Amino acid sequence: MLQSKSFVKKTKGGKVVKVVREHYLRDDIYCGASICKTCDSSVARLSSDASTIIIVDTNVVLNQIDLLENSAIDEVVVLSVVLEEVKNKNLSVYNRLRTLCSNSQRKFFVFSNEHHKETYVKAMVNESPNDRNDRAIRVATQWYQKHLGSAVRVLMITNDRENKRKANEEGISAETVESYVKSLGQPALLDLLARPASEDVVMDSVEDLRPSKRKVIYSEHKPMSEITTGLHRGIYHQGKLRVNRYNPFEAYVGSESIGDEIVIHGRTNMNRAFDGDVVAVELFPQDQWHAEKSRIADEEDEEDESVHLVQSSADDAPRSTNVQGSSADTTPSRPSGCVVGVIKRNWHSYCGSLEPMPMPAGAGGIAHALFVSKDRRIPKIRIQTRQLGNLLDKRIVVAVDSWDRLSRYPSGHYVQTIGEIGDRETETEVVLIENDINSRPFSSQVLACLPPLPWSVSAEHLSDPNREDLRHLQVFSVDPPGCRDIDDALHCTLLPNGNFAVGVHIADVTNFVHPGTPLDDEASQRGTSVYLVERRIDMLPKPLTEDICSLRSDVERLAFSVIWEITPQADIISSRFTKSVIKSCAAMSYVEAQARMDDSRLVDPLTTDLRNMNVLAKIMRQRRIDRGALTLASAEVKFQIDTETHDPLDIGMYQIREANQMVEEFMLAANVSVAEKVLKHFPFCSMLRRHPTPTREMLEPLLRTAAAVGLDLDVSSSKALADSLDRAVGNDPYFNKLIRILATRCMSQAVYFCSGDLSPPEYLHYGLAAPLYTHFTSPIRRYADVVIHRLLAASIGISKLPAIFQDRPQLTSIADNLNYRHRNAQMAGRASVELHTLIYFRKRPTDTEARIVKIRSNGFIVFVPKYGIEGPVYLTARGDNGSGEWLVDEQHQQVKKADSSICYNVLQMVRIHMEVVEPQPNRPKLELTLTE
Amino acid sequence: MEFVSPEGLRLDGRRPLEMRQLRAEIGAVSKADGSAVFEMGNTKVIAAVYGPREVENRAQQMNDQALVRCEYTMANFSTGDRVRKPKGDRRSTEISMVIRQTMEACIMTHLMPRSQIDIFVQVLQADGGTRSACINAATLALADAGIPMRDLVTSCSAGYLNTTPLLDLNYVEDSAGGPDVTVGYLPKLDKVTLLQMDSKLPLDTFESVMQLAIEGCKAVANYLREVLLENTKQLEYRRGS
Ligand SMILES: [Zn+2]
Repeated sequence: MLQSKSFVKKTKGGKVVKVVREHYLRDDIYCGASICKTCDSSVARLSSDASTIIIVDTNVVLNQIDLLENSAIDEVVVLSVVLEEVKNKNLSVYNRLRTLCSNSQRKFFVFSNEHHKETYVKAMVNESPNDRNDRAIRVATQWYQKHLGSAVRVLMITNDRENKRKANEEGISAETVESYVKSLGQPALLDLLARPASEDVVMDSVEDLRPSKRKVIYSEHKPMSEITTGLHRGIYHQGKLRVNRYNPFEAYVGSESIGDEIVIHGRTNMNRAFDGDVVAVELFPQDQWHAEKSRIADEEDEEDESVHLVQSSADDAPRSTNVQGSSADTTPSRPSGCVVGVIKRNWHSYCGSLEPMPMPAGAGGIAHALFVSKDRRIPKIRIQTRQLGNLLDKRIVVAVDSWDRLSRYPSGHYVQTIGEIGDRETETEVVLIENDINSRPFSSQVLACLPPLPWSVSAEHLSDPNREDLRHLQVFSVDPPGCRDIDDALHCTLLPNGNFAVGVHIADVTNFVHPGTPLDDEASQRGTSVYLVERRIDMLPKPLTEDICSLRSDVERLAFSVIWEITPQADIISSRFTKSVIKSCAAMSYVEAQARMDDSRLVDPLTTDLRNMNVLAKIMRQRRIDRGALTLASAEVKFQIDTETHDPLDIGMYQIREANQMVEEFMLAANVSVAEKVLKHFPFCSMLRRHPTPTREMLEPLLRTAAAVGLDLDVSSSKALADSLDRAVGNDPYFNKLIRILATRCMSQAVYFCSGDLSPPEYLHYGLAAPLYTHFTSPIRRYADVVIHRLLAASIGISKLPAIFQDRPQLTSIADNLNYRHRNAQMAGRASVELHTLIYFRKRPTDTEARIVKIRSNGFIVFVPKYGIEGPVYLTARGDNGSGEWLVDEQHQQVKKADSSICYNVLQMVRIHMEVVEPQPNRPKLELTLTE
Repeated sequence: MEFVSPEGLRLDGRRPLEMRQLRAEIGAVSKADGSAVFEMGNTKVIAAVYGPREVENRAQQMNDQALVRCEYTMANFSTGDRVRKPKGDRRSTEISMVIRQTMEACIMTHLMPRSQIDIFVQVLQADGGTRSACINAATLALADAGIPMRDLVTSCSAGYLNTTPLLDLNYVEDSAGGPDVTVGYLPKLDKVTLLQMDSKLPLDTFESVMQLAIEGCKAVANYLREVLLENTKQLEYRRGS
């Protein structure tokens, strides 16, 4: 049956232990070539007419994965020894390679050479693991050539000079990546080649790389051994580098060893680290902490800030306001340092465009271009291209290969073209790629999980003892106009005892999405639906979201219901949970519902129910505010989109009505009730949502601004803050909202978590002042709600708890993924609004009011309430840092002219002009200028 | 962690439904009435049987059946790390009991009243599945001692990792913390006499995993029967000469 062989493996855990593992060698591992007569061809992936089969080595996979992903490369054998090495070195490349191997469109075959009795090689005495693996690759290549005979050429691809030499000696055909790609006769493919920093086989290089000609820009990274000892002795601190989204020259490293964030000022101190890299940091002496900051302020100020949407929370905002050129009167509160080494790279591919440049003489040759990422946290990337003319006006994807100390910018290679810059579809695609959003159509496996259409409630559902028939109730829904994925509906009936029976009915998504199915896996990966201005990317396939699950009017639908008995004073006496069948009698928009409530002539049952609910909701809302819930403000904008061109026709703030607040209130109550219920039954594996209490440091920018306008805010508790926000009324009506917007952006975002990972006091939802909270009410568009539906069903005993809930690490990783997806969905939504704002103003230069929210040495940042955007207004010409002419008073947050003739204060209103300009071809941007 | 590659191979090169290599040798301890060494891959166990003999402690003597005793130990060198395991710790006591109960269920104790049978099993090398290996070794030793049994009780484990049922987990797979079902089985009578499981499994998965372990037991039984047959032939040959 099989042969056995024991071999010796090395270390495990700190100490050196001899581990003996069995290693079975087999004779039933097939070659995967369909021309082969001896092997089982049912598993074959390599086509029968292939003239060349290539076998790649580990470094080729690691460095050239973009090339391998191009469909020009096929008929590839991936050896298990290579897979194993790739997995140990770079998991993301490993996953991409695995995806290639499982893609039925591609011809990649995995050959388990390590368990094949003829290709397994045992390490020889004094042979390094690397040499042994190289030999294994050569042995496998030789085996293939012998196995398949002369009909096919088996080619080993390696850039390792030694390996190639040995291969040639052993009579194996071997080539470098570059010469192989050249032999394919597709010059554009050469752009995809990565250029590793130091490689064995020289690629042709046009660039003058002679060290003498180039100066050293960055200090050397310390060797790994030194970093390890340094970390051990507390000289260095390890953490993940996060670059400030709004100031790419400032980064933070959250360090556990000092329990604080270390600030890294400037690219020199960042020392070639990218956002997301795990780095080792050395601290500067404390007296230099502040000096570092101001010294950097006027370093490479090459990019100016762009106009963007107003930030909605602290997570995407700088943690400390960086007032440039200010006098050093504030105490340096935060440690600063510089990066001495990168422990783990977070390089991937980035979306952006090339910096405009003239075509080099002799077109068709190789050009060196600078790539500018859309993500401002990423430095420019140098690439080589043979198709410059083609790429200059395009959005492209570029991957990073290396960054040596002699280059100001990292080098990388071109991966693919997305489309023309400024084109709405291209830019939307960029937004999706940048935020890692899967917008591909659902696979056939996923669609196969859907119930057959047309679907309707069956007798089986009605006779289910666990499902209540609530079709007799007058259930209705209230949503934004045009909403097609209705996941919540309400009812409210007066009981004989004078109380109300109020029900919140949520689409019964888990009746259709079962754990472990491809549909469930896909939804869990997507995590949330993504709402862009002109498009929605669904978490679940359309038949579910818009039809089967959607609680539309006049059709019977399955629901999961929360039903309370509520007194007229809005006290909840009892709550119960049940699966149900409902039939909604009306799907109203907020406007319609509001109009009904306001129209005193209407006395029909539906309007009465609405009014009753509204009365209850108002009491509940007031009670919540009294408890300390923050009524925060955000500046949400709404576009009116041309149905044909998809261009924005009008833009304005989203108006919030009483009807919105009414629905929101009952959704909050349902979420709280469900959170209490599931936590009671499953104290360790519930998925809840928490909103961390902001630290005083996070609220610092708010306090500083408030102090500058003479406002005293009490931030000791959410209640105190809520009260002082209520008191914050200036002499203009917009003042209070502005303060609230500033407060909102100081808070961090709420996050999902697994209840077993934290202690109950940490469950708090600060913003809602609720000790427990979760998401139950939108299972059509949020996966967290799907999870909660399953927990709730199990806690009322109508279904088993899926196995996943017994696995806390996996539950935690689901929560982490949901937080990541949620955040990306928000970022994408904002980016989409920014894109449409730009398109809107392209043809419509506008004058409007704005508020100063931050003072700069050369101007200030304004907030434009009408359009929800924020951007810089410059008082001086670009390049001139306003030296002398304008003075900044940080304490009063004002900037004034040297002769005191003009003065701008924070929160002051100014009139501005908005216009789209193109300082460089194909690079439109929105510019704000003062009109006074 | 990936315990089964997309190519369908486990870490050590086996396919999910394959057992490790089995090896057995009868009569390793000449002083004992019956003995055997049994190997499942790198797991190696020795078993020795004394009896039936007079009951040492008169108080324990039973008038209608034999007293079966079992002692399980692990050699200090059996695992890689040099941790001194105290004798009679909870795990050993539990395994001793499991082995005793399993063996008692197949020995025809009523044929040997007022006597005592001692089974000693020691793990020489541990690489997962020690419990099963001990039972298999004990079965062989009992057969070698000529103690009457209803059937050859055999044991095998199966687990469930990466949503795949796996037969005969080795140490690495065992320490993944997934479900691990150990079955003791009487192949002729088609009866399960031992069933142990770590961790939890949904019912339908559990059934397929248990069925797999039973298939493993059957394969072990076939092998043991071959070994015994071969051994008997040898004895016959020696006696004949
Ligand atoms: Zn073949």
